[in-house]
Amino acid sequence: MKFYRSHVLVSIDPASVAKGVHELIDALQDELVTQGLIGEVQVLETSQISEHPEGLEMVVYPEGVHYTGIQIDDVPYLVEEHFLKGRVVKRFLAKETKPSDEELGPPKSKEVRVVLRNCGQIDPENIEDYIIEDGYQALGKVLSEMTPEQVIEEVITSGLRGRGGAGFSTGRKWQFAKSAPGDVKYLICNADEGDPGAFMNRRVLESDPHSVIEGMVIAAYAIGCNQGYVYCRAEYPLAVKRLNTAIKQARAIGLFGNNILGSDFSFDLEVRIGAGAFVCGEETALMASIEGRRGEPRPRPPFPAIQGLWGKPTNINNVETYANIPQIISRGAAWFASMGTEKSKGTKTFAIAGDVNNTGLIEVPLGITLREVIYDVGGGIKNNKNFKAVQTGGPMGGCLPAQYLDMPVDYESLMSAGSIMGSGGMIVMDEDTCMVDIARFFMDFTQDESCGKCTPCRVGTRRILEILERICEGEGRESDIETLEMLCRQIKTTSLCGLGQGAPNPVESTLKHFRSEYEAHIREKRCPSKVCRKLIHYNIVDACTGCLVCARNCPVNAITGERRQLHVIDAELCIRCGICEQVCNFNAVEVWS
Amino acid sequence: MIKVLEKIPETDPLAIPTKHAIIDQVLDFNKNIPGATMVVLSELQSRIGHISIPMQAYVAQKLRVPMSEINGVVSFYSFFTTKPKGKHTMKFCMGTACYVGGTSQLIDKAKQILGIELGQTMPDGSITLEVCRCVGACSQAPVVVVDEDMHGRIPPNKLPQIIKKYQK
Repeated sequence: MKFYRSHVLVSIDPASVAKGVHELIDALQDELVTQGLIGEVQVLETSQISEHPEGLEMVVYPEGVHYTGIQIDDVPYLVEEHFLKGRVVKRFLAKETKPSDEELGPPKSKEVRVVLRNCGQIDPENIEDYIIEDGYQALGKVLSEMTPEQVIEEVITSGLRGRGGAGFSTGRKWQFAKSAPGDVKYLICNADEGDPGAFMNRRVLESDPHSVIEGMVIAAYAIGCNQGYVYCRAEYPLAVKRLNTAIKQARAIGLFGNNILGSDFSFDLEVRIGAGAFVCGEETALMASIEGRRGEPRPRPPFPAIQGLWGKPTNINNVETYANIPQIISRGAAWFASMGTEKSKGTKTFAIAGDVNNTGLIEVPLGITLREVIYDVGGGIKNNKNFKAVQTGGPMGGCLPAQYLDMPVDYESLMSAGSIMGSGGMIVMDEDTCMVDIARFFMDFTQDESCGKCTPCRVGTRRILEILERICEGEGRESDIETLEMLCRQIKTTSLCGLGQGAPNPVESTLKHFRSEYEAHIREKRCPSKVCRKLIHYNIVDACTGCLVCARNCPVNAITGERRQLHVIDAELCIRCGICEQVCNFNAVEVWS
Repeated sequence: MIKVLEKIPETDPLAIPTKHAIIDQVLDFNKNIPGATMVVLSELQSRIGHISIPMQAYVAQKLRVPMSEINGVVSFYSFFTTKPKGKHTMKFCMGTACYVGGTSQLIDKAKQILGIELGQTMPDGSITLEVCRCVGACSQAPVVVVDEDMHGRIPPNKLPQIIKKYQK
């Protein structure tokens, strides 16, 4: 092979052909010959370089310089400057485009990307991109070298636990489904990611759908299923579209359907779409929904592994669990088990949101501390405010205060602190967040999403919500805290499914860690964080310049005052929406409680 | 069930031939797959825009299941509606990040501009106001979703521009 010191990759696509890219390449070659560089610089054609090119484009390696908008007349100058004199021609440099990916930035120092490794790196609508990244190699290995028992053994050894939140050993779950009697077995992927604040499953399905599909085919082979379903929530139309595209492409090249890769194993997959019911993330409710019924859970046992979809043994795992499988198979259980803690192996994705500098998706080894997640990876609290609490595990999780910051993030530690891992939502709250209001918010959610089948959840969550609303409105009674504690205990112990059993968690954890806030609301009729609308009022102070901006933006016209005069807010009319405070350029609107 | 189908109001999709054809097409295509109810209803909701009572009766008849079951499913899931919506549906994300990020202020502003409450449709049928569950765009909170378009990081004073765009 001939050695070139430099390679020029010219972008060839329909638009550039129309703009005369072939003539440009000819001119380049001619000029290189003229300058005597043709033996040192190689000109190559490549596919489209940037999404919206501004004229003809090329990238020069090894420097990785990206030129754009080059005309044929510019070629002699460019060749002389760049290849002869070794100077970058600034005038043709492509403008640095800001990273448009707001959800998933480049990996931070403490991150390890396993599930997210391909996200944003490959084209999710092109199966070849996935195959280049060693995709479907694990499937090939499984079908040609491993027995189903060996696959299950490998997954057990890896220590992988359900990433949907409950944390049950994935390998054991597969074993149960495999050993269950019956010829027809089903495989389900739970993509009904309903927790507010969690979007890792959506991102994986949108950016790397094949990894989930490959994981599912491997699971199906290990358990002995021939039909699978992905149950995806209707709020994620793009994820559904990409999944369907991926399934179609995989089927077209024989990675799906009958006799996969020439083996005698057959498996097919179908996407089913939810219709906006949070409880359908519960496995028995999800199966009811696939069957075409109301998504109401049923008591377990029998567990789905024995009696699941249409009464047949069914294995059901979360998106992220399946996405881990191909890499466990190809890189080995020992590699996976080398990350994490003794009982919680591997990595976990988290969606960090709220009052933190770097919001978005991250993936870290389990066992990392909350402080590392929030301060090192998340970049600390916004606007230099103080950390107050972090809410993990969605509406069934709890709020953890600063004293837990050095606690390792794993299934057991979170559970013992009164929260859960859940699907990995992490909402960071600063000192301006009212914990009673947050408890009310989550209770409003669970109360609304309770399916209504069992009484403790249907009625109990409603009662809790009523009390919390009362407290937030300054009508709290002295006995309310005790009543809340009793209700929480009862709902937890008597509800049918995980929704009801977890529903009191936000209330219990805030009662435990932020009891003084409840007491301030009830006894002093005061909201210490100045959030609860009935307990605060807005005042305009002397800094007011009388610019009228607040008066114009007030939705109820509660602000009066002449231009250049101090304005006044009519407390009777004011609905405490806070818009005046936001629009004021002089910090003249203050909140009092 | 039969009674409902005897007197179909003129405005019902079942009484409009083009829409009736879509309904039949959806039913014919899906009626034999396992768990057809959800698939058929989702398709009808997205292609017709709502699932009226006569439509539910018709689906029940075609799928050979009791109408109570169809109605039970329609009333259970929040994505299914029995009344037609406006030309555009403006949904305010009520996920935790958006809630903390100021969704309630956006809702106040929208109510003030349009003069309707949540769940209502403008008299001219242009916009329906709704809240929705977390759309998973938490890093852009607060988020407003209009039809399929996502608008992120919206302060209340930017909302009028967005509403204007869809009111035409």
